[in-house]
Amino acid sequence: MMTPQIDKKLHPILAQVSDPEIPVLSILEMGVVRAAQIVNGIVEVVITPTYSGCPAMDVIGDDIKKTLKENGYDATIKLVLSPAWTTDWITEKGRKALLDYGIAPPLEAEADKDVLLGSKKLVGCPQCGSTNTKMVSQFGSTACKAFFQCEDCLEPFDYFKCLK
Amino acid sequence: MKNENLYKYILGVADNSLILGQRIGELCGHGPSLETDIACTNVSLDLFGQVRSYFQYAAEIAGEGKTEDDIAFLRREREYKNVLLVEQPNTNFAYTIVRQFLFDVYHLLFLQELQNSTDETLVAIAKKSIKEVSYHERFSTDWVKRLGDGSEVSRQKIQEAINNLWTYTDELFHQTDADKAMVAAGIGVDVTLLKEKYYETVNTGLEIATIATPESKWFQKGGKVGVHTEHLGFMLSDMQYMQRTYPNMEW
Repeated sequence: MMTPQIDKKLHPILAQVSDPEIPVLSILEMGVVRAAQIVNGIVEVVITPTYSGCPAMDVIGDDIKKTLKENGYDATIKLVLSPAWTTDWITEKGRKALLDYGIAPPLEAEADKDVLLGSKKLVGCPQCGSTNTKMVSQFGSTACKAFFQCEDCLEPFDYFKCLK
Repeated sequence: MKNENLYKYILGVADNSLILGQRIGELCGHGPSLETDIACTNVSLDLFGQVRSYFQYAAEIAGEGKTEDDIAFLRREREYKNVLLVEQPNTNFAYTIVRQFLFDVYHLLFLQELQNSTDETLVAIAKKSIKEVSYHERFSTDWVKRLGDGSEVSRQKIQEAINNLWTYTDELFHQTDADKAMVAAGIGVDVTLLKEKYYETVNTGLEIATIATPESKWFQKGGKVGVHTEHLGFMLSDMQYMQRTYPNMEW
């Protein structure tokens, strides 16, 4: 179940759908799509929310339907909670895209705890690369991010919290 | 209704998160600083997300075309089964953060146990929610410590909030008949078993915050059977305004 079951024909189509709150990241790189199969001519897409209250899920479902329709497919969307989404499902390419976009990608669980409790400086600034950064707030612009600031270049930035 | 106890049980669990989500959501645009404002609304959003999962499941059990919105917006005050703690007002930021702390510690312990339920849907919701609630607990505990062990004024305010909210903590461990039936069925969490660990965790937090644990052993109760403090009615009239004014409206 950790590797999404996605029909090869659908892969390039779904790769065009991006996360509405992080437009540089496709929903595939985000790990939100858990399965996409063609059953009796209709595409069944299974998606899972990053956070329970993530307001992007309805938009993501609509965007998937719209994009598939443009490519000649009708689709149904199914939302599942289990297994719960984890930041481990963000692909390597996705992590790189986050960093280039100015969002520090998630660290490992233990490191995440250290930085959020302020005991260690491990989050790299997406602008200058320095790890001399501090957490401003555990909650940032969206449910999945914490708010940080670089103490070298002074730029504020988002850190994508580790969720396991 | 088939499975009436399960329906009641889910509502009891979810109402805590709904009412607390609404309360802490009141800080939207009114937080003491931009960061705490955003944090509080994020916590609120997580709680509402969890509530939607519970209510969708409850609506499915209820059948007869009931929806999650009906359950959230079209019940009367006495039909809400949340504990009294979560409906207490945002008197000042100390009350907001102490109320959150007293609930988060419980919530986390509760979800850890709910993961062992025999009900697959509840397990899925618990496993999803626990990740979010860990962040809530860290946030509220952090602020209790920061303000408790802060200035003279912040310390006095946290102490006052603890003293006044303490009386609502014992109810977290009360059980209704539906709760007991669900525990017996292996679906519900036996909250009475969480009590010791709860007070231990809370007391440790307070100790680090240099805040004295209240000695009072007299506790308020009633929320779990629908008998609320006067605060809930006012909150519901706000929360249900749109559905009451424009029945069946949709976003």
